[in-house]
Amino acid sequence: MTIATGTDSCPWAPWPPRLLGMAPDAGAIRDIDWDGVRLHIVTGKGGTGKTTVAAALALALAADGRRVLLAEVEGRQGISQTFDVTPLGLTEVRIAHAANGGEVFGLSVDAKAALLEYLQMYYKLGRAGGLLEKFGAIDFATTIAPGVRDVLLTGKVYEAVRRRRDHRAKGPGAAPAYDAVVVDAPPTGRVVRFLNVNHEVADLAKVGPIRSQADSITAMLKSPQTAVHLVTLLEEMPVQETVDTIAELRATGMPIGGVVVNQMREEILTLDVLEAAAHGGISREDVAADLTRVHVRATNALVNGLLTEARDHAERVALERDEATVVAALGRPTYRLPSLSEGVDANGIRELAETLKAQGMA
Amino acid sequence: MVPVLDVDALIGDPQTRIIVCCGAGGVGKTTTAAALGLRAAESGRRVVVLTIDPARRLAQSLGLTTLDNTPRPVKGIDDTLGGSLDAMMLDMKRTFDDVVEAHATAEKAEQILANPFYQAVSSSFAGTQEYMAMEKLGQLRLEADRDPDNPRWDLIVVDTPPSRSALDFLDAPKRLGSFLDGRFIRLLAAPAKAGGRAYLKVFSAGVNVATKTLTKVLGGQMLSDVQTFVAALDTMFGGFRKRADHTYALLSDRMTTFIVVAAPERDALREASYFVDRLDEEQMPLAGLVVNRMYRVSAPGLSAARALGAAEALDDEDSGGPSGDASPKDPGRTPITQGLLRMHAIQAEIAARHESLAKRFVAGHPGIPMVEVPAASGDIHDLVGLRLVGNALAGS
Repeated sequence: MTIATGTDSCPWAPWPPRLLGMAPDAGAIRDIDWDGVRLHIVTGKGGTGKTTVAAALALALAADGRRVLLAEVEGRQGISQTFDVTPLGLTEVRIAHAANGGEVFGLSVDAKAALLEYLQMYYKLGRAGGLLEKFGAIDFATTIAPGVRDVLLTGKVYEAVRRRRDHRAKGPGAAPAYDAVVVDAPPTGRVVRFLNVNHEVADLAKVGPIRSQADSITAMLKSPQTAVHLVTLLEEMPVQETVDTIAELRATGMPIGGVVVNQMREEILTLDVLEAAAHGGISREDVAADLTRVHVRATNALVNGLLTEARDHAERVALERDEATVVAALGRPTYRLPSLSEGVDANGIRELAETLKAQGMA
Repeated sequence: MVPVLDVDALIGDPQTRIIVCCGAGGVGKTTTAAALGLRAAESGRRVVVLTIDPARRLAQSLGLTTLDNTPRPVKGIDDTLGGSLDAMMLDMKRTFDDVVEAHATAEKAEQILANPFYQAVSSSFAGTQEYMAMEKLGQLRLEADRDPDNPRWDLIVVDTPPSRSALDFLDAPKRLGSFLDGRFIRLLAAPAKAGGRAYLKVFSAGVNVATKTLTKVLGGQMLSDVQTFVAALDTMFGGFRKRADHTYALLSDRMTTFIVVAAPERDALREASYFVDRLDEEQMPLAGLVVNRMYRVSAPGLSAARALGAAEALDDEDSGGPSGDASPKDPGRTPITQGLLRMHAIQAEIAARHESLAKRFVAGHPGIPMVEVPAASGDIHDLVGLRLVGNALAGS
């Protein structure tokens, strides 16, 4: 049997990187995978940590003096909680500094505010805006009329991506207000419907401004400027939803981004020890003798407990490896993030951002 | 002392007729609902479990291979105590169609079902799933009691939709009800009629501006669809509001109880905390909190620090370190023990973190009964797995 403590190559890889579908040269310095992408949409099943990943990606993209907007669209205040700043309001505020003068701005996109802003911008409404509010028309449009809400939310994102730093500057050469926009999008179950705004309003609004707005948004979302990234854990349901969502995105023509495998545990045991643990192949006497030598009382309960833990752990790792194979079969660029033992705080986000950068996501 | 959520007492109480499982997405709500349903059925209750969006394999284990909006018996349960278990998956559009068909004349129903606005509302309106889940609950309740001498079910277990906010389903009936009853939509539907009323005269200029602007923004065709839809639904308006009120009353009734499901993570517990407060505010009956996926170690006697210390001592020994002990040993053996100790240390740390998160929740919500369910090493997708979860829920 070989050495049992294997944290040598990559501390979070219980299997060779190729199993995760990394590029063959994973580990070597790579180009950034998403050159030319300015709109990063991050989704994932509930509980996989998509807000955390979106935040880390925004920080990673902001390194080297870039300006990045991180937007949430479900009013959960997940961003402000992640960065431990005061709740985001209706304006874009700086929430973090990155290396060399990079900045991350945060925004909680609100459908109502987006509609009023839109009306103001295109119709110069003035007093009529207040009247609309009074008669429940704004509520109607933002919460009830199907699809309109999503058009408004994605519309605000669209506006932020296209905005120029100097609003008078025109043409393709003008510097954009943000080098990149990262959206903490709805979870996998709803994201395709959310992004597919055109389809949503198609039956309802065949002509009119809402329709043309939806058309422009769709054109951007389906362009190579956009990438939809999926966050997963190595568990059955999140991986299944990742697979399903990628198929749905493909069917609707949305550009599929990378897969981020989140919360990967540090692996301590080597494959052959795991194998032995799974089949009761570890000698209790040897373990007891070792423990005794370093003055740990090797009671039956303790030795049995350690062996049970090893067996359960081996079972988990085997399941994780099965899921990793499914992820690899997707053939998407794949990034791995460690489980942070202390939970995710503002420092943890920076650590994750560095990891994403090192793997070429930003 | 933290009160323990006594699941067996809860499902054993014939007064408990509805159990609603709620919590953030990804915390194991559906599994909890299915496990509770199975345990109740095997203890003699006649149970129906309403799931919203189960994982494929869990659905298969319950025999839910087709989504036909009808409860189907689950095969393979132990029915020696006279219980039964049915399960169903919600089909939101179909449920909405049923409501329309049940409350409108055939001709009107056809009109409504063909309306593009209705089709959009019934299949994608953000609150429809929540509303229809509650609507289905009401239907199951009626169906259960159709024959009072021989009730088809005496316990309904509901899994709530994976909402943006876990609370949406409480608000959905009210929201849809107030939309359909709303002033604006009524103005749209019948401007002439509304214009006749005195108080509206004052506002009629404003109404015109509002309608005109909306027509500009949404397009005239969409508004006309809405008007047709509302006109067709007009006879059902009162019905919708009444049904929403009825569902709300059902949820506040003593025969209903809520179980909040969480995982030992900051966000999930924050959501749970919010939910507990909200239920309290609405005076909804809360049975307690289930914390799923609690990490436990099998050798709790050995602390993380002590395990790491022992692993290092073995290291020193290997390199002929401080102890300088030259005792003969198998070269492949010690590293295994070191690995076990290091692995144990990591797991003990996770377990301690979970424990402390759960403790903090309890400290913040004294008096709320709680039960912890240990993390399973694999995914749960059969009755055997659900039984084990059921045992854990019952604290055994």
